[in-house]
Amino acid sequence: MELREDRMYTKSHEWVKEENGVAEIGLTDYAQSELGDLVFVNLPEEGDPVTVEEAFADVESVKAVSDVYSPVSGTVSEVNEELLDAPEKINESPYEAWLVRVTEITDREELLTADEYQAFVESSQE
Amino acid sequence: MLIFEKSRAGRGCQILPPCDVPEILPEEREQRQQPLHLPALSEGDLSRHYTELAKKSHGVNDGFYPLGSCTMKYNPKIDEEAAALPGFTEIHPLQPAHTVQGCLEVLKTAESLLCQITGMDRMTFQPAAGAHGEFTGLLLIKAYHVSRGDTARTKILVPDSAHGTNPASAAMAGYKVVSIPSGPDGCVDLEKLREAAGDDVAGLMLTNPNTVGLFDKNILEITEIVHQCGGLCYYDGANLNAVMGQARPGDMGFDVVHLNLHKTFATPHGGGGPGSGPVDCKALLAPFLPSLLVEGESELSFRKPEQSVGEVKSFYGNFLVVVKALAYIWTLGREGIPEASANAVLNANYLMAKLKPWYPMAYDGICMHEFVMTLAELKKETGVSAMDIAKGLLDWGIHPPTMYFPLIVEEALMVEPTETESRETLDQAAEAFHSLYQAAKTKPESLHAAPVTTPVTRLDEVEAARHPHLRYSFEG
Repeated sequence: MELREDRMYTKSHEWVKEENGVAEIGLTDYAQSELGDLVFVNLPEEGDPVTVEEAFADVESVKAVSDVYSPVSGTVSEVNEELLDAPEKINESPYEAWLVRVTEITDREELLTADEYQAFVESSQE
Repeated sequence: MLIFEKSRAGRGCQILPPCDVPEILPEEREQRQQPLHLPALSEGDLSRHYTELAKKSHGVNDGFYPLGSCTMKYNPKIDEEAAALPGFTEIHPLQPAHTVQGCLEVLKTAESLLCQITGMDRMTFQPAAGAHGEFTGLLLIKAYHVSRGDTARTKILVPDSAHGTNPASAAMAGYKVVSIPSGPDGCVDLEKLREAAGDDVAGLMLTNPNTVGLFDKNILEITEIVHQCGGLCYYDGANLNAVMGQARPGDMGFDVVHLNLHKTFATPHGGGGPGSGPVDCKALLAPFLPSLLVEGESELSFRKPEQSVGEVKSFYGNFLVVVKALAYIWTLGREGIPEASANAVLNANYLMAKLKPWYPMAYDGICMHEFVMTLAELKKETGVSAMDIAKGLLDWGIHPPTMYFPLIVEEALMVEPTETESRETLDQAAEAFHSLYQAAKTKPESLHAAPVTTPVTRLDEVEAARHPHLRYSFEG
């Protein structure tokens, strides 16, 4: 399982990277490997509000459709439209394939560091 | 090879009689500029084409079909015969009611018998399938609350062991879906349900037995909790095959139910229909039912309920499916209906007991009409997934069980044998499962390639989903 030190993680397997008031949100390497090959991504629109721990997007693999939950509350300022035609980018490079960028952040859930997230994933596998 | 590829210009069949009325062409601007792409084949080639396609497919007439949650049982041919009677087929939906009294009697009698089976008061036959019935049922719940001026109810509670269509139907009806987790026993977590129940809850949608094949032991308490907060209870009747003639949703405290006539009551399921998902309800919801209800004693007529939510499908739904259901109920009778569900449960438990030594069950204990195995350990140990075992079954002439559902079970295979399978068939299926288990232990790589004996072998599902070819291209 690959991890990046430059960002934070959620227990629902999203990563969030916040810089200068902009939060970039994506799926972790563990999430993409558990989901399997992704075939479809459903993203919100620019200007949509997102709320902590509520679904803002969904991803579809051959097996199932899964919700993606927001680690922050705020407003979607940018959507990675490239993923709509190439959902496999999430499988290939999960930490580059951000789903949305969120600004006007008003709330954050309790986020995990890379080490904490690794421990969380390992404990849930036992 | 597609029928278009077999087409040769100039060939054709004599299926249509010569035109015996004057030909009238539409105005030139409405005329087609290019000829239609219609295949040109002789009748013999056409017949062979469809026989060849039939050989490539797998249905209940070909072999075991334990597709969990779908109730792929054998449907008696006598029901098809009843539905093919000219009095049922050579009619028109706009015919005056007094000329189709027999058909109205079918609807009235089927409504009465199905309401006896579910413990409900009134029924609409309009919905064409299960999810359509769910949507209709939710419209009834919504109309009920609105009619009382209670517009603050915006949520529908859906246990995570419900059918996948339930949350989708609730969203379609304009509700916010609140998922209620299952406890370790596979039943609804009552504490979580109590926390979620409030004056913003319009209702609960529940499948019982649920998708892990368990009858929720707390069902009376569950419906009571929802009623106490002012919500109504919707019963997804997709799994009625496990309980028909034994227990009634109406007695469990439900207010509205849909049935899948195309699962439980003798219409083939799958292949695109037609299906029938009638909705029956307690008297308090009857004023909101879609039109048209059959009324009267000696002279039957249609009546639209005054506060009806409106039409959800044209006319009376898929009427011939109702004819088959009625023929099925009459054939089985008061003794046969509970015998069918008892055997559905017996068959499931028999097969579960045979498979248990090799495939761990997601939940222990006695199941209802289906059971869910988890192959998580097998996958970890051998690399052979639920998908590989499912594909391997195809080489045994068995349709795979439902895979990766319900979502709350890892590497799930969901098996529903139904009551129409013999002990020999179940024994052969168990042998197939055992052999695949041994293959997984000794030569796992062989299963990654399965199936190898079918007309098409392992498909690239990812490529098919990412870049689907949705139609034939004539440009080649």
